[in-house]
Amino acid sequence: MNAPMASGPADLFSRIDNESLEQELLQSGIVTTTLDSVINWGRKNSIWPMSFGLACCAIEMMSMSSSRFDIARFGAEVFRGSPRQSDLMIIAGRVSNKMAPVVRHLYQQMPEPRWVISMGACATSTGVFNNYALVPVNQVIPVDVFVPGCPPRPEQLIHAIMMLQEKIGQSNGSFKKVLNLA
Amino acid sequence: MPIPETLSEYPVAAALADLAVTGKHEFGELTLEIAADKIIDALRKVKHELGFERLSTVTGVDRFPAEPRFEVVYHLQSVKNNERVRLKVRLSGTNPEVESATSVYRGANWYERETFDLFGIHFTGHPNLTRIMLPQDWEGHPLRKDYPVTGTRY
Repeated sequence: MNAPMASGPADLFSRIDNESLEQELLQSGIVTTTLDSVINWGRKNSIWPMSFGLACCAIEMMSMSSSRFDIARFGAEVFRGSPRQSDLMIIAGRVSNKMAPVVRHLYQQMPEPRWVISMGACATSTGVFNNYALVPVNQVIPVDVFVPGCPPRPEQLIHAIMMLQEKIGQSNGSFKKVLNLA
Repeated sequence: MPIPETLSEYPVAAALADLAVTGKHEFGELTLEIAADKIIDALRKVKHELGFERLSTVTGVDRFPAEPRFEVVYHLQSVKNNERVRLKVRLSGTNPEVESATSVYRGANWYERETFDLFGIHFTGHPNLTRIMLPQDWEGHPLRKDYPVTGTRY
């Protein structure tokens, strides 16, 4: 049992100091957590991106997945050829008016939960192009993380994936959604 | 205006003298302007008699607000003779229309679709004159000089 760490009203710290059950279980090799945390932990460490590049940003995306920057360190190295097997769509490049329906179609084909990173200035705001042909990607599909840059360096994209991992780790109700209860 | 005398030393120009309206030889490149209704005759001649077996490209030029407003430009190459020639026709802005070159060069098909898509020039007798670059429901022809750069949708 824990000894009181500071003087004060007896029950002031009891709620956070009382870890006796968890401690006892830990000593016998049992970890307690929530089902949500387990599911989020699994999801955030195995984000599978779709092999999908639209312009020059895709070169940086490929660089991110290769050995120098090595996205495998974050469990996200498995670029999938099919949207059915992907968790993450990286919009790496400009989205044209003609491509926009295709992007949305691919997004709809991805199984939930699914995430989107808008990579670079063109995808986010059409960037240097001020013309009739392009649309910002957030007018087409919902976006989780925007990455600035033209093009962003691979480190920046890795940072975006780390931010996405943080977001996935904090999401609520994952277990209920898995069971179709929410 | 017939083709200039100085072009008669070039066999291609001499062969097309009766079909050409005007022509020039600049920067080592021969350009001949052909009357719009004779372009198929001219293409047939350069392909079958002068050995230009390859049509490199068909493209358009918008000279808005000049009239005739449009040009359709045919770049031809002879692999055999290592020679190139450029043929042009001028078309009015009100109803830009020229006969399709697909009956002579089958490869003209997609080039003409592109020129139609971006300039709105109609190629009569084309087997499938639909948009090739832009979405099928697009309005307007973006490479025209009077088309707003940011488009008409947003």
